[in-house]
Amino acid sequence: MKVVLENLTKKFPSKNKKEHSEVIAVNDFTLEIPDGKLVGLLGPSGCGKSTALNLISGLIKPTSGKIFFGEDDVTSLPPENRGVGLVFQSYALYPHLTVRQNIIFPLENLKGKNKLTKDEMNKKALEIAQLVQIDTLMDRKPSELSGGQQQRVAIARALVKIPRVLLLDEPLSNLDARLRLQTREEIRRIQKETGITTVFVTHDQEEAMSISDLIIVMKDGVIQQIGEPQTVYDDPRNLFVAKFLGTPQITIFSGRLEGGDLFIGGEKVLRVNADHTGPVKIGVRPEGYIPSENGALSCRLSRIEVMGRDISVVSSNPAAESEFIRSIVSAENKIDTSSETVRFDLKPGKVHLFHEDSGERIPFGIN
Amino acid sequence: MDKQNNKAWLYLIPALIFIGVFMVYPLVDVLIYSFEEGYNSASQTYNGVGGYNYSFVLRDPYFLQAVKSTFILVIITVPLSTGIALLISAGLSSIKPLRNLFQTVYFLPYVTNTLAVGLVFMILFKKTPYSDGLVNLLISWFGGSSVDFIDGPYAAKMFVLCFYTVWVVMPFKILILTSALASVNRDYYNAAKVDGTSPFRIFRKITLPMISPMLFYLIITGFIGAFKAYSDAVALFGTDLNAAGMNTIVGYIYDMLYGNSGGYPSYASAAAIILFVIVLTITCINLIVRRRFVHSK
Repeated sequence: MKVVLENLTKKFPSKNKKEHSEVIAVNDFTLEIPDGKLVGLLGPSGCGKSTALNLISGLIKPTSGKIFFGEDDVTSLPPENRGVGLVFQSYALYPHLTVRQNIIFPLENLKGKNKLTKDEMNKKALEIAQLVQIDTLMDRKPSELSGGQQQRVAIARALVKIPRVLLLDEPLSNLDARLRLQTREEIRRIQKETGITTVFVTHDQEEAMSISDLIIVMKDGVIQQIGEPQTVYDDPRNLFVAKFLGTPQITIFSGRLEGGDLFIGGEKVLRVNADHTGPVKIGVRPEGYIPSENGALSCRLSRIEVMGRDISVVSSNPAAESEFIRSIVSAENKIDTSSETVRFDLKPGKVHLFHEDSGERIPFGIN
Repeated sequence: MDKQNNKAWLYLIPALIFIGVFMVYPLVDVLIYSFEEGYNSASQTYNGVGGYNYSFVLRDPYFLQAVKSTFILVIITVPLSTGIALLISAGLSSIKPLRNLFQTVYFLPYVTNTLAVGLVFMILFKKTPYSDGLVNLLISWFGGSSVDFIDGPYAAKMFVLCFYTVWVVMPFKILILTSALASVNRDYYNAAKVDGTSPFRIFRKITLPMISPMLFYLIITGFIGAFKAYSDAVALFGTDLNAAGMNTIVGYIYDMLYGNSGGYPSYASAAAIILFVIVLTITCINLIVRRRFVHSK
C-alpha cells in the first residue's frame, strides 16, 4: 500500500499559556512512500518525527493536509479503521497477558463477518509468531522476556491483523548495541517477507541508512531531504543533512571560493568550477582525505588510531568547526607519527560546499 | 555476620518497643481478659478461667443484633462504595474541563468532621416537631408516605447508615483510584485503540487488570473499615445504640466497657476477639481471591 502525505501540518498550542504561540511539529509534509518499501524517518530528537508517525497512525489528527493509503483518503478515519499496525517505543505489551494473548488481542476485536473462531485466532497467532521467531515463548508473560523478544512480540501483535501499513516508533532504542544490530536485520527480513509498507522512526542515522529503502531526513518539522540512503549521503541538499548523516561526522571548514580556487585558511585545496565567490562552508567526509607528502591541506597531527583495515587520523586545523578532524584512510598509507603535521589531498567527490548563511548546497564541477 | 545482625536489631528496637507496647501487649492482654470469668476491674480479681465470656456474648441478643447490623453494613457498603468510586474515577479521568473542581468536590467529605456530616444527615432524614426532614419532603412530593429514618423501621435506619457510610468512605477511594488510573501508561490505551478495541473492552481487559492491585487494596481495607464501624452509627443514632437497635460490633464492645451497661471488660474482650477472628478470616479469604485475580508486576 503506498502512503501519500499532502501538505500535512500539525500545530500544537504552546505549553506557555501567556504566549499564544504555536509549536509546529510537522510542517507542510508532502511525500509519497512507495508500496512495499521500508522507509526511515530520521531526525534529531524533538524534530517531529514521532508526531509524523502518529499522524499516519491516526492517533493524532492533523491541523491541515491530507493522508492517503493507496487511493483512500484516510485523513478523517480513526486509527482502528485505517488498518495500521503500530509498534510503540515502549512496546506497550499488556503485562498481565501472555505472549499468545497479547498477539491475539487485536484479532478478538474483529466483529461481524470478520469474526474469527478461537482456533483460527490461535493459528494466525502461531503463524505470525513463527515469522518473528517467538513461537516457543507463547505462554510467557512479557516480564519474562528479554528486550529483543518483547520487541518481536510487539511486532507480531502489530502484524497479526495484516495491516496495510506498519509503523515503528524508535524500534531499536531500548535494545543494547549488539541486539540492535541483530534486530534491525530482523526488521528488514520481516518487512521483506511480508512486503508490508513500513515506516520507522529513528534518531540514529546508521540504523536508518543500514536497512531503509528510502530515508526522510527532517529537522524542526520540515523535511530536509528524501532519497535512497546512499544518494542522500553522497549528495546532501544542505549542511544539516550532510552533518546529520555519516559516522564519523563530516568535518566542516570555513573557507573561501575565489576565482575557481577553494581555500581553507591560506591553503588552496581544490580547483573547482562553481558560480560563487566569497566565504563558504566546506564539508569533507572522513573518507575524503588522501595522505600525501605534498598534500594541499596541512593539519596538526594529534594521534593515530589503528582499526586494522583502516586507520583513523586525528588532527586539527584552525579553520575547522570542530576541535578535531577525523579522517579514515587505508592502512596501507604510512603516516609519519613523529611529525607534527600531516598533509592531505582532498577527494573532490567527498567535498561538499555550502552557503555560509543558509547552509544550502553549492554545486560545483571539477575542472 | 553476627555483628551485622546485632546492628540490625539495634536499629529495629524503637519500632519493636512501640509495636510491643501498643499492639502486642494489648492484644495478648485482651486475649487473657477474654478467658477470665467474672473479672472485676476495681479489685482486679476474677473467679476462674474458662469460655463462659464467649458463651455469654454469643447468646447476648444485643451482640447478635450488632453482628447482623455490621454484616449487612459490610456486605452492602464495601462493593457499592468501591463500585461507585470506580465509576466516578473513570469518569473523572476521561473528562478534561473542570476536572480539578470535581476532584475537590468529591474529596471534600474526607476532610469534613464525622459529627458535622452526621448533623447534615439529621437535617436530611430526621423527623422533628417542625419538619419531617428533606428526604421525607421529597418522598411526599412524589406521593409517598413519610418514613421515619432515624427512629423508624430497621430497614429505613439501615438504609441511612449504609448511605452515610458509602458517602463517607467514597472520597478516599476516589482519590486512590484516580491516581491509579492516571498511572496507567497511555501507550496501552493507544495500542488498544489502534487495534480497534471498544472502550468497554479496553476498560475490562486493560484498565481493570492494571489497577487491580489498588482495587484489591481498597476492598480489603474497606472490609476492615466497615467491620470497625462505630462513630458513623453514633453520629446518626446517638450514643444509646442498643436501644436504637443499630449497634455495631465495635459499638457493643464500647458499651460493655463504658456504656450504660458498662463495667464488663471480660465480655468486651471476648467480643473483641470474636471481631478479630471475623476480620482475620475475611482478610485471608480476600488475599486468596487476590492471588487468583490480581495481576502483579
